[in-house]
Amino acid sequence: MAFRQKHLLGIEPLHPDEITTVLDVAERYVDLNRQANKHSDALKGLTQINMFFENSTRTQSSFELAGKRLGADVMNMAMQASSIKKGETLIDTALTLNAMHPDLLVVRHPHSGAVDLLAQKVNCAVLNAGDGKHEHPTQALLDALTIRRAKGRLHRLNIAICGDIAHSRVARSNLMLLGKMENRVRLVGPPTLVPQQFKEFGCEIYDDMAEGLKDVDVVMMLRLQKERMDGGFIPSEREYFYRYGLDADKLAHAKPDAIVMHPGPMNRGVEIDGTIADDINRSVIQEQVEMGVAVRMAAMDLLARNLKSAREADAGVMV
Amino acid sequence: MTIFTNARLIDPEAQTDTLGWLRLDGNVIAETGTGTPPEGAHVDCAGKCLAPGIVDLGVKVSEPGERHKESFASAGRAAAAGGVTTIVTRPDTLNAIDTPEVLEFVQRRAASDAIVKVKHMSALTKGREGREMVEIGFMRDAGAVAFTDCDHVVADTKVLQRALTYAKSCGALVIGHPQDPCLSKGASATSGKFAALRGLPAVSPMAERMGLDRDLAMIEMTGASYHFDQITTSRALPALERAKQNGFDVTAGVSIHHLTLNELDVGDYRTFFKVKPPLRSEEDRLAMVGAVASGLVDVISSMHTPQDEESKRLPFEEAASGAVALETLLPAALRLYHAGQLTLPELFRAMSLNPAKRLGLETGRLSEGAPADLVLFDADAPFVLDRFTLRSKSKNTPFDGARMQGIVKGTWVDGQRVFEA
Repeated sequence: MAFRQKHLLGIEPLHPDEITTVLDVAERYVDLNRQANKHSDALKGLTQINMFFENSTRTQSSFELAGKRLGADVMNMAMQASSIKKGETLIDTALTLNAMHPDLLVVRHPHSGAVDLLAQKVNCAVLNAGDGKHEHPTQALLDALTIRRAKGRLHRLNIAICGDIAHSRVARSNLMLLGKMENRVRLVGPPTLVPQQFKEFGCEIYDDMAEGLKDVDVVMMLRLQKERMDGGFIPSEREYFYRYGLDADKLAHAKPDAIVMHPGPMNRGVEIDGTIADDINRSVIQEQVEMGVAVRMAAMDLLARNLKSAREADAGVMV
Repeated sequence: MTIFTNARLIDPEAQTDTLGWLRLDGNVIAETGTGTPPEGAHVDCAGKCLAPGIVDLGVKVSEPGERHKESFASAGRAAAAGGVTTIVTRPDTLNAIDTPEVLEFVQRRAASDAIVKVKHMSALTKGREGREMVEIGFMRDAGAVAFTDCDHVVADTKVLQRALTYAKSCGALVIGHPQDPCLSKGASATSGKFAALRGLPAVSPMAERMGLDRDLAMIEMTGASYHFDQITTSRALPALERAKQNGFDVTAGVSIHHLTLNELDVGDYRTFFKVKPPLRSEEDRLAMVGAVASGLVDVISSMHTPQDEESKRLPFEEAASGAVALETLLPAALRLYHAGQLTLPELFRAMSLNPAKRLGLETGRLSEGAPADLVLFDADAPFVLDRFTLRSKSKNTPFDGARMQGIVKGTWVDGQRVFEA
């Protein structure tokens, strides 16, 4: 079993074998989560703190549930409401928390790189729950698990990521992960929201949905991030839906068995038509949420194992 | 009367690099020569380089307002240790240097505290807000050597047109920051693969050319004397070259960081590498080195910008821009010499002679009658930089832990030794 990371800060530092390891462990937690007794004691005695400097319902509750099912003591801190408002810096907040001896720190922050910065200052395992426009590794891992279960494999697939790529950390992490696992990735969206620089990561860029979706195995829709937009990237939501919203006509260009994904929360009628989202034959959106809990359990389990062996090694040196 | 013997004389005017001697007469250079030196008190240079002291155009000394970041005393010591004999200060202080009264304050502070020469620049508009020009005539009479709003671009071209026209009537030099203010708003990296990977808000390098093109049109319209503080992208160079060929009174500079570092050095969000404009691609860096060698870009400066630890220990987007560089300017510039890209006379043309000429100062030369502002350095001596040994109050250097070559052995200002290694 190969997973050597101290933190989960992004997909970029991961080796393909490490990605496979996380997914394999997560499969076992999928089974556990479907039983009546959902408890394991993998994190028994450990403290998990969720620090969200940005609003989140889905990711935060998914992490909270994952920690609780593994037996950790879980604490949620809503950081928008707290000391940041009183002028405390990120580093001071980190040092304060560190003094409480957490074992797992789950962090979301509105600025790219903020979680990396925080990880340098604490001596516990840090999980990035999304930093600015940089990475959102557990989302990419849960998407990968969903694809692997639906398609039976996670390589040599044609995958289209559609919509607001520029503002999306989900897109960056997915791009990285799917590339590492040797898939062909296409980015589809209006040129104002799909930076041309992404060509250098080895993906193809389309500004037409019909062409972009032609014969793909997976259609991954992204949310139009209204809150990150600082001025006119698209003329209007209705024009966006007409040209880039996923409806039955556009989906007809994909392979007949193509699956539809969305990281949520959805803007129905903006980037995705409600009937597609609800079509149980095509949409795996609910499954993604289920995989999210399992993948987060797997990630925290693996990091906790590394943390324990590192601490044992340290103790050995001291003896 | 002091005679420097056995010195490798770096003469940026003659573009020569010869072994010889140099005689001082009081506070000026009396003569230079080869062969047997005249009698008198000797400083044996042991074959090390003797060059005109560096004239650093665009140094931020954080007085008034943020003396905890840098004072005239600490900046003066850092300058002397870095071979900088004339500091030309920026007016982007708190508050801005935009009235004769504030200018008089900093002049008094500099005269009493700094061990090197200090010249001051004035803001171009009040509060650097781009609305009303400062009292250019009064400021010029009070000793301001140039007028600049630093990294604030005067967005209103009507305001800029009037300021340039008025400055011309006073014979004043205006320094501008070529950048399109809308396109570059909020950016902390140069757009490209690296910024996309790191998810940082980025600006196209084209924003610099757009700013340059606009300012060149304003120069053509008003006939003003104009210097671009930092040209950092290859796309901006052809327009600059055309403007010079057409005879406009225009010069340009580049910071040492844009000559020796590129965007990839930011690595994992290292905020000491956050500068303004952001670091560019390696192609742009090499183009700028070439432009300095050819003389198209006239001036290399440190763009010394002290920031305390607190303003740098933040997520990259929120962290303050700028790096201290008074003490690292020379060893960093020597990287280009050791790489065979620039000769020592070419380097000192850009660091000493050209900035002095542009500001109408006598210094920056090894010729007879020039002020005895000199730096003696060993161009080859290696060292590893430890930022906590810097004399600046702020330690925000991107070269912490870097292997460098070039150690200053001594610095003289008006014939007086102000630094000894």
